[in-house]
Amino acid sequence: MAKDSNFSFDASTDFAAIEQRLGVSRRTFLKFCTGVAASFGLGTKAAFAMAEAIANPAKRPPVIWLHGQECTGPTESLLRSEQPTFEHLILDLISLDYHQTLDAGAGHRVEAVKREAMEKYKGKYLLVVEGAIPLAQNGIFCKIGGQTMMDATREAAENAAAIVAFGSCASWGGVQSAAPNPTGATGAPQFLKGKTVVTIPGCPPNPANFLGTVLYFVTYGKLPPIDDKGRPKWAYSRLIHENCYRRPHFDAGRFATQFGDEGHRQGWCLYKLGCKGPETYNNCPSLEYNNVGGGVWPIGVGHPCFGCSEQGTGFNKPMFSLAEVKTHTPPNAFPNIADRQNPTSSTVVAAAAVAGAAVGAFLGATAVAGKKLDGKQAEASQSADKGA
Amino acid sequence: MSEYVELKRPLFTPFFMALALLVGLAVVFLAVRFVNGMGSVANLNGGYSWGIWVVYDIVVGTALACGGYALAVTVYVFNKGKYHPLIRPALLTSLLGYGFAAFGAFVDMGRWWQFYNLFLPWQMNFHSVMLEVGLCVSAYVMVLSIEFLPTILQRFRAQALAQRIESVLSRALFFVIALGILLPTMHQSSLGSFLIAMGWKVHPLWQTLHFQPLLAVLSAFTMGFAIVVLESSLAAAAFRRAPETPLLAGLGRIIVGLIVAFLVIRFAAILWQGKLGRIFAFDLGSLMFLIETALFAYPLAVLISPRGRRNAKKLLYAAASMVLAGALYRFDAFLITFDPGPGYSYFPAFPESMVTVGTVAAEIMAYLYFVKKFPVLPREEHAAA
Repeated sequence: MAKDSNFSFDASTDFAAIEQRLGVSRRTFLKFCTGVAASFGLGTKAAFAMAEAIANPAKRPPVIWLHGQECTGPTESLLRSEQPTFEHLILDLISLDYHQTLDAGAGHRVEAVKREAMEKYKGKYLLVVEGAIPLAQNGIFCKIGGQTMMDATREAAENAAAIVAFGSCASWGGVQSAAPNPTGATGAPQFLKGKTVVTIPGCPPNPANFLGTVLYFVTYGKLPPIDDKGRPKWAYSRLIHENCYRRPHFDAGRFATQFGDEGHRQGWCLYKLGCKGPETYNNCPSLEYNNVGGGVWPIGVGHPCFGCSEQGTGFNKPMFSLAEVKTHTPPNAFPNIADRQNPTSSTVVAAAAVAGAAVGAFLGATAVAGKKLDGKQAEASQSADKGA
Repeated sequence: MSEYVELKRPLFTPFFMALALLVGLAVVFLAVRFVNGMGSVANLNGGYSWGIWVVYDIVVGTALACGGYALAVTVYVFNKGKYHPLIRPALLTSLLGYGFAAFGAFVDMGRWWQFYNLFLPWQMNFHSVMLEVGLCVSAYVMVLSIEFLPTILQRFRAQALAQRIESVLSRALFFVIALGILLPTMHQSSLGSFLIAMGWKVHPLWQTLHFQPLLAVLSAFTMGFAIVVLESSLAAAAFRRAPETPLLAGLGRIIVGLIVAFLVIRFAAILWQGKLGRIFAFDLGSLMFLIETALFAYPLAVLISPRGRRNAKKLLYAAASMVLAGALYRFDAFLITFDPGPGYSYFPAFPESMVTVGTVAAEIMAYLYFVKKFPVLPREEHAAA
């Protein structure tokens, strides 16, 4: 292969080993890395840096994965991820030392392994929080091995190199934080005040967003740029509304107003059915969901977005209430853009009269002015003659 | 002593009030347009997304406003200082024409509230002709305002601030003037590029492809000179001043050269593309083409003889014909013979037309205001000299 600058990764990197280890071809593996880098807006160089980071097991960070109040949706969606044959890659990309729902072992032995790992990799491990943390009555509503989620989170966060809150529950509380919230469910960033928590909200969140963030961390040893709510900017900086493929219908004023009506069947905008795309920040329109393809994500299959990843929207606003449009609301009326009928209104006659009058006024003014100028010039030449 | 004077005449004449009435009507329709959307006043549709607002206010309007451009080239590039007395009125008509063109673009913008995105570099599409025109026109409106600033300042010369601005301006003005020549050259040719982009929708007789930008600039130039003649003659007639015929006759000579160049290139392009036969098809396109060519030929016939050029009346008629020819050239290409596909038709609605009429009325009102309140028109002895 030519020594292109884009391919200047360490030649000693053993991609052959990866083929054996992950059971994927080298080609599939590099394609995966390029895809992840592309979703960050990064080039081939970054893709190879990521490939190298994955291929070099020394760089694999140990991961402690906690579960709080939740349905395990994030893990479920992660397990079904197709990019790459995920169970291979995620287990090889990171060293998953503790994960309550994936660990084969159980009971006090597993808890002991967690403590050992946290001690051994102090300041180096990645903490993933999945699920909300109940604060009411000292957190007695969620206990693991006799320890409340509050304590477990605080303990694990103490020496973590980075903290990722995966899913809406961990990011801002999720469904159980909706009123009346009897357990006092909170998200990890609100609980771990003063610590940087990267949040990957969504119910369930898109595994690609998690994977991309973790890959970035593994490759560069730091977290990707995040916004004020801790969300990676590469995934959450745009409203769904901004990249939605039904957006042209919104701008043209074509709305579905009932499920199954004409507009709904034509694939028009779902805003009037309560779509929360105009107030929800996520990259669903471009990534869709779980690589199934064919427009598989809520808006793609004809249901309004309910704002699962947006704090204060998902589980908080009624499903079919109008969203608060953060960009621009359309005006009351639009010009009819597909009107192929002849304008037969009587105003056309009036307009024609106006056009005629305008041209007539121009010609008339010119003629009158010409006459006046003629007189002036004759006068001038007469006086000039007299002077001579 | 300045070579320019303000007209000491009353501003609020019956004519002025009649214009104000038209402007008022346009304002009412504009209010409807901004409350209920464009569909409620305009007959625009999917085929004809550009109606009279764009084609008159921008495409024709900016060409009519090329007087400042044409004279600036003559005076500053070809160093013909004797035409300098004409430049202020020309700049004024240019400023008004371009200002109202920018306003027209805004009114015609479906999603006008997105207007500011035009000026955000990260939102720009550098492959867009529209972007070029939009940026250029807005920049040129600014340049024209600066070029016209000395006229305003002259009136307030007694004040220290005005003096300070004037001294800064006099040092930087050459640069502004250079921009004032560059920018119209760019966007006037881009108006031609629009027609290239419209492809087969443009009638074959007007679709000269890569000659479009050149023809657009040439016709803008011709119209610019013609409008200077027209404006000066109309002002002389209306304000009963001595006509500036000797100066205008010189411009007449330039117009002759430009018309010849325009017609030669246009017919050569049509001949080269093998479309000459369409001129005599006697359908709508052919008829409009013939009318247009006649309107181009009349000023040529009049102005080619020195006697015709020295006759104030004939000079005015030639200029009027030239302005109509240039306007029709654009109207034909963009609207009259424009064919967006079967089933579409367009004729401006009454409110739509009244908005354009109101815009023109506002322009005339502003012109009257400025020539009566500021030293814009040349001193009579200058013109006669």
